[in-house]
Amino acid sequence: MAYINVEDLVLDFSKYDDDGKPMEPNRALDGVSFSVEKGSFVAVVGMNGSGKSTLAKCLNGLLLPTSGSVEINGMKTSDESHIWDIRSNIGMVFQNPDNQLVSSIVEDDVAFGPENLGVDPEEIRKRVDEALKRVDMYDCKDKAAHMLSGGQKQRIAIAGAVAMRPSCIVFDEPTAMLDPAGRAKVMGIIKDLNKEGITVVLITHFMEEAMEADRIIVMQNGRIIGDRTPAELFADTEFVHEAGLELPTVIELRDMLGMDKKIMSVEELAENI
Amino acid sequence: MSIEVKDLKYIYSPDMPGETTALDGVSFDVTEPSVIGIIGQTGSGKSTLLQHLNGLIKPTSGEIYIDGECITGEKKNLTDVRRKIGLVFQYPEYQLFEETVAKDVAFGPKNLGADEEDIDRRVRHALELVGLDYDEVAEMSPFELSGGMKRRAAIAGVLAMEPSILMLDEPMAGLDPQAHRDMLGLIKRVQQEMNSIILFVSHNMGDVAELSDRLLVMNKGRIVMDDGPHEIFKRRDELSDMGLSVPPIAEIAQKISDKHKDFESNPLTIGELADDIKEYRKTNR
Repeated sequence: MAYINVEDLVLDFSKYDDDGKPMEPNRALDGVSFSVEKGSFVAVVGMNGSGKSTLAKCLNGLLLPTSGSVEINGMKTSDESHIWDIRSNIGMVFQNPDNQLVSSIVEDDVAFGPENLGVDPEEIRKRVDEALKRVDMYDCKDKAAHMLSGGQKQRIAIAGAVAMRPSCIVFDEPTAMLDPAGRAKVMGIIKDLNKEGITVVLITHFMEEAMEADRIIVMQNGRIIGDRTPAELFADTEFVHEAGLELPTVIELRDMLGMDKKIMSVEELAENI
Repeated sequence: MSIEVKDLKYIYSPDMPGETTALDGVSFDVTEPSVIGIIGQTGSGKSTLLQHLNGLIKPTSGEIYIDGECITGEKKNLTDVRRKIGLVFQYPEYQLFEETVAKDVAFGPKNLGADEEDIDRRVRHALELVGLDYDEVAEMSPFELSGGMKRRAAIAGVLAMEPSILMLDEPMAGLDPQAHRDMLGLIKRVQQEMNSIILFVSHNMGDVAELSDRLLVMNKGRIVMDDGPHEIFKRRDELSDMGLSVPPIAEIAQKISDKHKDFESNPLTIGELADDIKEYRKTNR
């Protein structure tokens, strides 16, 4: 069975009028079904407001389904007895690095997760050191977190997730607020984590990042309107534009030059000139 | 309309343990209506410079002249300066606060003391400039808008002050692809319609290449390059030493040159690169 199983997921946000009377709820997710195999790398793309972030929050039970189900490794998020198991299995990294650091010192921040899992102190020390080395931030372990750059803070947030030893990490636009150097570094870490066996769900607006995934899920108005490999998706220019997305630059160039649709990288493109 | 900046210095927390020189002798001037991109690594002084230009920060030393008038002197009345120079902060949609979009956009001109009729005209014009339909959004809560629309509404709030110089700090950050394209179009349109000077800070070299008539490159509180985008992005090694990159399209051109040693291209846009490749194919056939 797949590691993540989402079936006919509907999520409503309640709305109230000025007098506090319930109004027609806002349907953020409207019948979403998909599954993710262990160890795979899935990107989720779509316009703002298409339901991507809501979906992310459903995967570790931060939001619970209005109807339908989300199952992680056979455990339903709606089953309260499993919720902590699920949260220790699914790490989350959000967009704004400033909103997810909880301690003033880097290593304390990374230790926060395992501490809450009740891991014993020696083991915590080990995990924190490993996680910091993993994101290339070990040298900053006793620095003040607020003095770091955005990209460094984001790496600390990833270390915090890694220290929980999750089998899957959900990244919600982790590079949106970073400069190009920070983005490249964070993307490199995400790819490496995936190679080491961690299942990755990456929500992003950058098509270049989505291209790195095994599979791209396209969302619009709370529904999945496409679930394809990068090669399939970016061969379908019309669909890409309908979904409010854009083509990665290499693909756009390939098409402007009328080259073979199989070409997916600069290297391949250069070879075919 | 003109901006003249002379030997601007700014030191954060002077004589304190955290003393930092944020601007270290910045000089440049702008005399033509144009779009000017400012690039530089985080901490290079870009945002500090923008904040000086509309008088939010007073320099430690140096002068700024707007339309020939010094704004850095003692006891300067800065209301006039801020009316002339609009500053759009990073993530300006976080600053929306009114009950309706129309009221939010009207907030600036109201504070300038404009009369009702004038305010209404300004609000309509500003919303039109940012591509929002007045009849559709005027009475909506700004919080009901999509992310990209919220940002445009926030920019309309600044445009309603009818500034002759507009400055934007990371206007494209965090937008989805569609909203991103809209924002690029908006900046070009505003520049043409207002025939104004627009300064913008961005980390996205693709956007910088596409929008800018001229580029200022900042490093450690100084302007180290000041030239057209074609000229600046030729200097990729120097940029890389400062932690900056060239536009993705120039990166692609470089990779092609690595493979085909005699292929030369210095593109700012995908169209330029495609043309160069077509030309290259023709001559090598």
